[in-house]
Amino acid sequence: MDLPKLPLGDGVEWLETWLTDHFGPFFDLIRIIIGSMTDGIERALLGVPALVLMVLIAALAYGIGKWKMAAFAFVGLFLIDNLGLWEPSMKSLALVLTASILSIAGGVPIGILCARSGKVRQTVTPILDFMQTMPAFVYLLPAVTFFSLGVVPGVIASIIFAIPPTIRLTNLGIRQVPSELVEAADAFGSTPAQKLFKLQLPLALPTIMAGINQTIMLSLSMVVISSMIGAQGVGALVYRAVTQAKTGIGFEAGIAIVIMAILLDRLTQNAFKRKHT
Amino acid sequence: MAAIEVKQLTKVFGSDPKRALQLLEEGWSKEKIYQETGMTVGVHQAEFSIREGEIFVIMGLSGSGKSTLVRLLNRLIEPTSGQVLFGDADVVRMNAEQLRTFRRKHMGMVFQKFALFPHRTVLGNVEYGLEVQGADKKKRQERAREALRMVGLEGWENSRPSQLSGGMQQRVGLARVLANDPEVLLMDEAFSALDPLIRKDMQHELLELQSKMKKTIVFITHDLDEALRIGDRIALMKDGKIVQIGTPEEILIQPADKYVERFVEDVDLSKVLTAAHVMIQPETISPERGPRTALQLMRDNGVSSLYVTDKEMKLLGVITADDASLALKYDKTILEVMQSKVPWVTPDTHLNELFETMAEAKVPVAVIDHRERLRGIVIKGAVLSALAGNAVPEGGSADGFAQAAAR
Repeated sequence: MDLPKLPLGDGVEWLETWLTDHFGPFFDLIRIIIGSMTDGIERALLGVPALVLMVLIAALAYGIGKWKMAAFAFVGLFLIDNLGLWEPSMKSLALVLTASILSIAGGVPIGILCARSGKVRQTVTPILDFMQTMPAFVYLLPAVTFFSLGVVPGVIASIIFAIPPTIRLTNLGIRQVPSELVEAADAFGSTPAQKLFKLQLPLALPTIMAGINQTIMLSLSMVVISSMIGAQGVGALVYRAVTQAKTGIGFEAGIAIVIMAILLDRLTQNAFKRKHT
Repeated sequence: MAAIEVKQLTKVFGSDPKRALQLLEEGWSKEKIYQETGMTVGVHQAEFSIREGEIFVIMGLSGSGKSTLVRLLNRLIEPTSGQVLFGDADVVRMNAEQLRTFRRKHMGMVFQKFALFPHRTVLGNVEYGLEVQGADKKKRQERAREALRMVGLEGWENSRPSQLSGGMQQRVGLARVLANDPEVLLMDEAFSALDPLIRKDMQHELLELQSKMKKTIVFITHDLDEALRIGDRIALMKDGKIVQIGTPEEILIQPADKYVERFVEDVDLSKVLTAAHVMIQPETISPERGPRTALQLMRDNGVSSLYVTDKEMKLLGVITADDASLALKYDKTILEVMQSKVPWVTPDTHLNELFETMAEAKVPVAVIDHRERLRGIVIKGAVLSALAGNAVPEGGSADGFAQAAAR
């Protein structure tokens, strides 16, 4: 017996058209906001001379970690500049930072809501599973339809891919606060907001930071994929090197991504540790 | 006056508490309800009133519902039915805002595992209650420091809770409540996580603090010794029900049922009962009377000694039959022949501290209160009878309980 094929694909495409027709101005607004945000960050990064930014980042690394980290930051960034990859790297960094900031701004509150209500969590969890397992290429297409080519659909795709850890770990961190401490806060007549800001968030902070760290790493990993829909940056160089089989250029661009990844990882990991010891 | 009055307070954990309530009314047991419906009856129809300024101990084994019961009082657990009256207000019917005010101003809580906030300093923990009330920083830190002084933790303000020993951590827990100055303290197994020695210290200190503060304290414990040591009254719980409420002595001497009896059978009564419980009415004589009257009185009452007291019942001495005969023979007064050194104890002396005095004494030991008045005497028969678990004989018993209540 042959069951007819479900028209799932047709349905999705119909929905896509419908959304474009009815929510066009809304998507335009989002595009303008994200676009100008990325643009602003990019201008700021490229606005100062490369050497000055290197020193600033190295100083930040010194403030957060040790001189070792500062040395690595300076040498690594110097290497990027030396390879002639400074501008594309900063463009990629702008994309990563935009996606990360928006992911954190959205992810932490959603995580808090999940922690407070079992129903919200039950609804959100499968959506997060879907977002993380659906191949990124698949939602790249509708992103292009809604936001046209360029950096904006790249940021959107990065957010979709990178936001789940922040949501999950914010939820987990808050739920892991020992129940007797929550009870104590209640017994002293704390309002829900006081309980959140004076007890739950401070104690959940290490876990939330681990989620944020993951989010940043994941959005960095989207750099190359985003370049397929027109996002500029080192990702685009890697993509071009692959299509043209140029191992050398590909490797150089890859190294730039690795250096940025290590820097972002160590900076976000240690930014918090320092405060608590 | 009652500080808290609890009426018909019931808590059922589970999917359909209303139905469980109905089943309880139909006389189903806790076990049967659990087996048939999967719902747990935490507390069943608890009814008691806590007096202002007393230490009310709720005692029971684990699973008896005592921790649930104490959380129903400040609604950390929502009651299924019943009332918790605090003054004119029913805590159970308060809205969120009223409940918050009630918890902030009127009822504080100390927890078994201290529940200190690890990310705050000791001072930060103690000022928390005032902080959430919006008190300004200077004022709340001042009060927090004062509370820390009361529990003997001056100088530890800037330490983290994790740097403190268990006993000290619980002092912080106590200070955190005291800084808020509520009328009622709930103490949920507050000393159970501490070493036995430190635990005794803390019990002692609590009693000392209480003698100054006169708070109403609801103290949860599974430890009978602790309950007997600090409780003015004890409520014994079993399977979510209160089995008996009474003074420590009442519970020891008149257990309400087999369960309470088994619970208390191993208690060393000599550490619980005091001279006030076993003393009996002494035969006294005023010093103006003659030796002949003394001898007559002894004969009439079947005793061999009389206690000489003035009009204010102040004890002057004791006179035995031999002394009286001697006085008669040589024509002396009672004052001249009596023995002015009388073995004596205070009413709150525990029996185990009384044995030595009794062994050395040739006459019954006198019980003298803090105004040096003779309250009673302790005879061996009454002590043995009390230790055997019997009610104290003629007259002494009523007086004894009155004493305990007045203490």
